[in-house]
Amino acid sequence: MMHGHESRRRALLERGFHALCLGAVLLPLGLLALLVGDVLVDAAPRLSWDFLTSYPSRRAAQAGILPGLVGSLYLIGLTAAIALPLGVGAALYLEEYGKRGWLARLIEVNIANLAGVPSIIYGLLGLELFVRALGMGRSLLAGACTMALLILPIVIMASREALRTVPNTVREGAYALGATHWQVVRQVVLPLAFPGILTGAILSVSRAIGEAAPLIVVGALTYIAFLPRGIDSPFTALPIQIFNWVSRPQEAFMVNAAAGIVVLLATLLLLNGLAIYLRNRLQRRRYW
Amino acid sequence: MLNGSVSPALPGAALRGATLADEAALPRETAESKLSVQGLSAWFGDQRVLHDIDLEIRPRQVTAIIGPSGCGKSTLIRCLNRMHELVPGARREGQVLLDGEDIHARSVDPVLLRRRVGMVFQKPNPFPTMSIRDNVLAGLRLTHRLRRQDQDAVVEGALRQAALWDEVSDRLGEPGIGLSGGQQQRLCIARALAVEPEVLLMDEPCSALDPIATARIEDLVHSLRDAYTIVIVTHNMQQAARVSQRTVFLLMGELVEEGETSRLFTSPGDRRTEDYITGKFG
Repeated sequence: MMHGHESRRRALLERGFHALCLGAVLLPLGLLALLVGDVLVDAAPRLSWDFLTSYPSRRAAQAGILPGLVGSLYLIGLTAAIALPLGVGAALYLEEYGKRGWLARLIEVNIANLAGVPSIIYGLLGLELFVRALGMGRSLLAGACTMALLILPIVIMASREALRTVPNTVREGAYALGATHWQVVRQVVLPLAFPGILTGAILSVSRAIGEAAPLIVVGALTYIAFLPRGIDSPFTALPIQIFNWVSRPQEAFMVNAAAGIVVLLATLLLLNGLAIYLRNRLQRRRYW
Repeated sequence: MLNGSVSPALPGAALRGATLADEAALPRETAESKLSVQGLSAWFGDQRVLHDIDLEIRPRQVTAIIGPSGCGKSTLIRCLNRMHELVPGARREGQVLLDGEDIHARSVDPVLLRRRVGMVFQKPNPFPTMSIRDNVLAGLRLTHRLRRQDQDAVVEGALRQAALWDEVSDRLGEPGIGLSGGQQQRLCIARALAVEPEVLLMDEPCSALDPIATARIEDLVHSLRDAYTIVIVTHNMQQAARVSQRTVFLLMGELVEEGETSRLFTSPGDRRTEDYITGKFG
C-alpha cells in the first residue's frame, strides 16, 4: 500500500541526504580551488623557466628554486628506495609469514600509532640517530632515512591491506600445485597485491614531498647555491625553500614563495600521475 | 598428438618417477592401495573433526566421499596432500601412506607430495593475474624451464584432458578469470593435470556450478579415471553414484561405511548410511 504522505517524506529525506553529501564534496573542493587559484595569481609574475633553473638569491627577482626542486626529487627517490622495500617486506612478513598472536597484535597497534606521530618527532629521532649517532651528518641520506621512517608505517599498513585482499583460495590453489611458500608469495600473492601496494606507496611518498618539519630538524639548508653531488651532500628541499621565503620580511619574496608552492604542487601532481599511470599499466596485465 | 586419455609423454613426466624422500626403492606392502589412511584423526584447534579413519583408496578408480555438511569430508582429503596443515591451529594424528610411503614422514617434502597429489577446489580459483595458457603452465613453471613448443604441447594436452581445449584454443592469451564458472573449474582441472599428478583430489568441484557445467565435469571425471586415482568429495549422492566405483560415507568425523558404490547405494550395511542415502537426514 502506498501512503502518499509517507512516501513524500521519504523522498524528501532522500533528497536532503543527497544534497548533504554533495555539499560535503563541494565545500572542500571549492576551498581548495580558491586556495590554488589565489596561489596561482600570486605566483604569476615569477612563474618562468628562469625561476626553475636559478639558484636562490638575496634579490627576490633573481631567486630561483633549482636546488630545492632537485633536492626534493633526490630526496623522494632516495626515500622511496629505502622505505618501499622495507615497508613491503615488513608487510609480507606480518601477513604471509609471521604467526598470529599477541606479538603480531602488539606490532600492529604500534605501527598504527607510529603513523600518527607528529613528523617533527621523526625529525628529532633522525637528528639523533642518523645525523649524530650514525655520523651521516646533515646529508641527503640522513634526510631520506628520516623521511623513510616517517612514511614507513603508512607503507606497511597499505601493503598489508593490499595483501589481505588476495583471496585465500588463490593461495591454496598455488600450494596445491606444489608451490613453495616463497613461490606462492612471489608468483601469486605479490602480483595480485601489487597495484594496492603501489597506491599506498603513492600516498605515502606524496606526504613526504610536502614535509618540511623533519627536514628542518635534520638540518636541510635554507640557502644553497649548488646541487647535491651525492647522498652525503648537504641539500635543501622545496618546502624548506618555501618556508624560508615566507619568513622573509620583504614583500617580493612572498611572490617567490607562491611560485615555489606552485612548483611543489606541480611536482606532486606529476609524480602522482606517473605512479598512477604505472599502476594502471601493471593492472591491465591482471584480469578481474 | 595427444588423445587426452592416458598421461602423455611430456616434460612433466620426469616428475612422475621421482620419489618423495630419497632414491631408495619404496616398499610396496599395500600394493592394492594407492593411498592408505590408517587411524587418521584431525583437529582444528580443540575441535576434533576426524575420528580414527581407516581407508584404502585403490589406484585408477574414482572414490567418492559423501556425507552431510561438516562431517569432515574436506578435511579428510586435505589430509591426503597435506593441505590440512596449512590452516593455523590444524593438527593431525595417524598415517597416510602413498604407495606405501608415509606422507607425513619427516623426510617427505609437502611441496613434492602436492605435485604427486593434485587438488581441485570447491570454488574455481584460476590465478587472476594469469592468462588461460599461463594458468595451465603455472604448476610446471614452478620447477621447469620449458621450451616454447613443449609449453604448447603441455597446454594443449592438459586442456584436451580437461575437455576445455575446443572452447578456448583460439583465446589462450585471454584471462583465465574471464571464463564461465564451469570453464574456470575445468581450467583448474587442466592446471592440476598439467603437472601430471598420480592422484587427483576434488573437493566438491561442482558445488558452485550449474547442472550443465556439472555434467561436463562428471564426464571429465569418467574420462580421467583410467589414468588417475581420483578422490572426489561431494554432498550430492546422485553425483557419487554416477561417477564413482567406491563410496565412503562419513558422519560427524567418523567413517560409517565404505564399499563398492553400486553395493553401498543399493544395500547399505549400516542403518545410518541407509537413512542418509534415502534422505532421512542431511
